[in-house]
Amino acid sequence: MNAQNLASGSAYFIAKETELPVTTVLSVLVDNEPGVLARVIGLFSGRGYNIESLTVSETEHEQHLSRITIVTRGTPHILDQIRHQLERIVPVHRVVDLSVRADELGQSGPIQRELALVKVAGLGEHRNEALRLADAFHAKVSDATTEHFIFEITGKGSKIDQFIAIMKPLGLVEICRTGVAAMNRGPRGM
Amino acid sequence: MTAEKLASESHSSQRREMTGAEMVVQALIDQGVTDIFGYPGGAVLPIYDELFQQDRINHILVRHEQGAGHAAEGYARSTGKVGVMLVTSGPGATNAVTPLQDALMDSIPLVCISGQVPTSLIGSDAFQECDTVGITRPCTKHNWLVKDVNDLARVLHEAFHVAKTGRPGPVLVDVPKDVQFATGIYTPPEVSPRTSYHPRIQGDIEAIKQAVALMLTAKRPVIYSGGGVINSGNEASKLLRELVELTNFPITSTLMGLGAYPASGKNWLGMLGMHGTYEANMTMHDCDVMVNIGARFDDRITGRISGFSPNSKKIHIDIDPSSINKAVRVDVPVIGDVAHVLEDMIRLIRASSTKPDEKAMGAWWSQIDKWRSRKSLSYTRNKDVIMPQYALERLYALTKDRDTYITTEVGQHQMWAAQFYHFEKPNRWMTSGGLGTMGYGLPAALGVQIAHPDSLVIDIAGDASVQMNMQEMSAAVQYEAPIKIFILNNQYMGMVRQWQQLLHGNRLSHSYTEALPDFVKLAEAYGGHGIRCEKPGDLDDAIQEMIDVKKPVLFDCRVANLANCFPMIPSGKAHNEMLLPDEATDDAVANAIDAKGRQLV
Ligand SMILES: Cc1cc2nc3c(=O)[nH]c(=O)nc-3n(C[C@H](O)[C@H](O)[C@H](O)COP(=O)(O)OP(=O)(O)OC[C@H]3O[C@@H](n4cnc5c(N)ncnc54)[C@H](O)[C@@H]3O)c2cc1C
Ligand SMILES: Cc1ncc(C[n+]2csc(CCOP(=O)(O)OP(=O)(O)O)c2C)c(N)n1
Ligand SMILES: [Mg+2]
Repeated sequence: MNAQNLASGSAYFIAKETELPVTTVLSVLVDNEPGVLARVIGLFSGRGYNIESLTVSETEHEQHLSRITIVTRGTPHILDQIRHQLERIVPVHRVVDLSVRADELGQSGPIQRELALVKVAGLGEHRNEALRLADAFHAKVSDATTEHFIFEITGKGSKIDQFIAIMKPLGLVEICRTGVAAMNRGPRGM
Repeated sequence: MTAEKLASESHSSQRREMTGAEMVVQALIDQGVTDIFGYPGGAVLPIYDELFQQDRINHILVRHEQGAGHAAEGYARSTGKVGVMLVTSGPGATNAVTPLQDALMDSIPLVCISGQVPTSLIGSDAFQECDTVGITRPCTKHNWLVKDVNDLARVLHEAFHVAKTGRPGPVLVDVPKDVQFATGIYTPPEVSPRTSYHPRIQGDIEAIKQAVALMLTAKRPVIYSGGGVINSGNEASKLLRELVELTNFPITSTLMGLGAYPASGKNWLGMLGMHGTYEANMTMHDCDVMVNIGARFDDRITGRISGFSPNSKKIHIDIDPSSINKAVRVDVPVIGDVAHVLEDMIRLIRASSTKPDEKAMGAWWSQIDKWRSRKSLSYTRNKDVIMPQYALERLYALTKDRDTYITTEVGQHQMWAAQFYHFEKPNRWMTSGGLGTMGYGLPAALGVQIAHPDSLVIDIAGDASVQMNMQEMSAAVQYEAPIKIFILNNQYMGMVRQWQQLLHGNRLSHSYTEALPDFVKLAEAYGGHGIRCEKPGDLDDAIQEMIDVKKPVLFDCRVANLANCFPMIPSGKAHNEMLLPDEATDDAVANAIDAKGRQLV
């Protein structure tokens, strides 16, 4: 919280923050060139903004465009600053706050999906239980021996959190998550 | 110029094959660059070899890369052109970091070209290698590492474009040595280099209409102008003057905007902010409509945000959307270039049937005149000791009718310079505002003098700051740049001491400068001219001598050691809680900032 206040302008006359922080999803369209991710991340660390999740990948090959999806948290004022600061970065084409956009469209929020690989090792009843629950969560088995499974699960972050929590007592070994991919509902692009 | 020569020159800027090093020089020529500031080293030798074999680019050899950067900043700020610096890899590049950050904070257009180790060695901890683009990423507007000679010309042109358009700033192009040697195709400057970069120039007309409506119904308006007016160019200053004339609004400016509106203008309130005048700060505090033109609500201006002009509607004209609502929330943002927006604004005001409320304006001006009569810049003269304010009053009186440019270092002398030197034109005042870089003023003066060889260029300096880039005296002597370094020598880091008095129980920890050099001998050692003045009565003659000498001068002006800079808004306080000079007794100073305020600074 404090770091966010500092980032909002003055390091010297620190005003009490009265707004409440909210979580939002930003879509950032950038030229896919060396250093662009460092510029975006450097902006967040340099100005004391939060990154809760980050995904990046080239999305339009011929135009060399990448789409970066960032889940961040801050007061509406800070989120506005983040958007404008991102827009200043020379290779950044567009920044859309998907959550704000969803509000404008009268929607509950953008579609957000994450993929996770979850490795669970165990024998006997634990093993059966893990498989049964994975099925209930629509997780796929991507790899298995008699001693382990790797489940592949896609969904909202909260669903994956829940799945991981359930697997914990059943022999959870390791997790890898992609971070959030997101877009707004409806026919229009960003 | 002969027809053939013209033809061959225009030919030179066409697509053709050349080495990377040649491209650097060609791109500079095609960008209209005539002077650059630099320092050689292994990784830029091919470029230096090209510089040697031509005479269109004048290279100024500095004595430290930081000096090159500040010189390029002074050059840029005093001409409105892009400043250019050339440095080698490793230590050359790291020495450039301070001026790059300085230029970033003050929106100065700068192109830094740095050498880099050969591409194949990047990442191997090669001799004089550093991650230059990594180190300078946060202190440039943008930077590039060029790995293919065929990209070099395009990148260089793009670098100039990015540096000078939108909100101006520093950029850096890192050129590995093998790319300098390699041969490729040079391409001349393009019009629109990349689609992701498109600063907004024209203001939204609906927003401007809203602003005008607000201005014309104001009863207690004020214009708060800033460095953005200078950035926007001469036209912007002209339009600002026209706007003031048209509306009769009072006008104040930040440190960075001095000269955009003439200090002799009748609506001028003086600078605002921490060390601004009483009338400027009170007008800001009590106004009902504030028109911010190219300023960024810096914390030296606002004081305590909750107490900052609490009852006004705020209009903010700025080219950078991230400046809007950053520190202070505004009611009518107008994103665009100052000159473009003011043009629309003035047209709409002229066309409007509503006119400023003369009765209300009359009352407002008589209130302002009461604040003015408080004479917040007054000080007590002394027969035996030169008061720093007096020194600047005399400097101003003896140089104002000349073609003068002023630079400063950082400290009390800088604030006194802002208060006591009065600027009639833009681009005459070069100071490090945002970063507050001691050591800026001397090399900046060198840069200004290179751009204006026949003008009088004075660095108003402090005894501590001036030692930070003193080595550039040597460059000034080499290039016969007769810069005048007017040192207000109080034998203290006065500004630090003032804060220690305010905040730290008068414990003057390491703010006294023991063992100052003999500035007169130092000047002579460099091949310049030294002057010392200790008595108020000798001052005018000494200043006249300084002006007349056609050499770089170090002027050791011995001033009252313990003078402090007022007025001052102590930290944690609002604009209407200023500490004025006649109230600033030792007790008042010691107790000006309460425990809460102390934590804030
Ligand atoms: C010891 C010390 C004491 C100081 N005390 C004071 C003080 O008492 N008073 C004071 O005023 N300052 C003071 N300063 C300076 C202060 O720190 C800031 O540098 C200064 O106030 C900022 O000036 P500015 O708001 O005009 O912004 P600048 O830094 O000049 O920024 C310009 C603004 O204009 C915008 N802009 C740029 N180009 C354009 C364009 N073409 N069109 C539209 N907008 C444009 C930019 O986006 C930016 O928002 C002090 C500095 C030091 C070192
Ligand atoms: C590079 C750098 N280091 C430290 C500071 C902190 N600082 C600000 S003013 C000042 C003292 C300046 O002393 P001097 O140049 O003698 O000026 P005076 O205040 O006495 O007029 C210092 C150390 C700074 N601004 N820049
Ligand atoms: Mg001093």
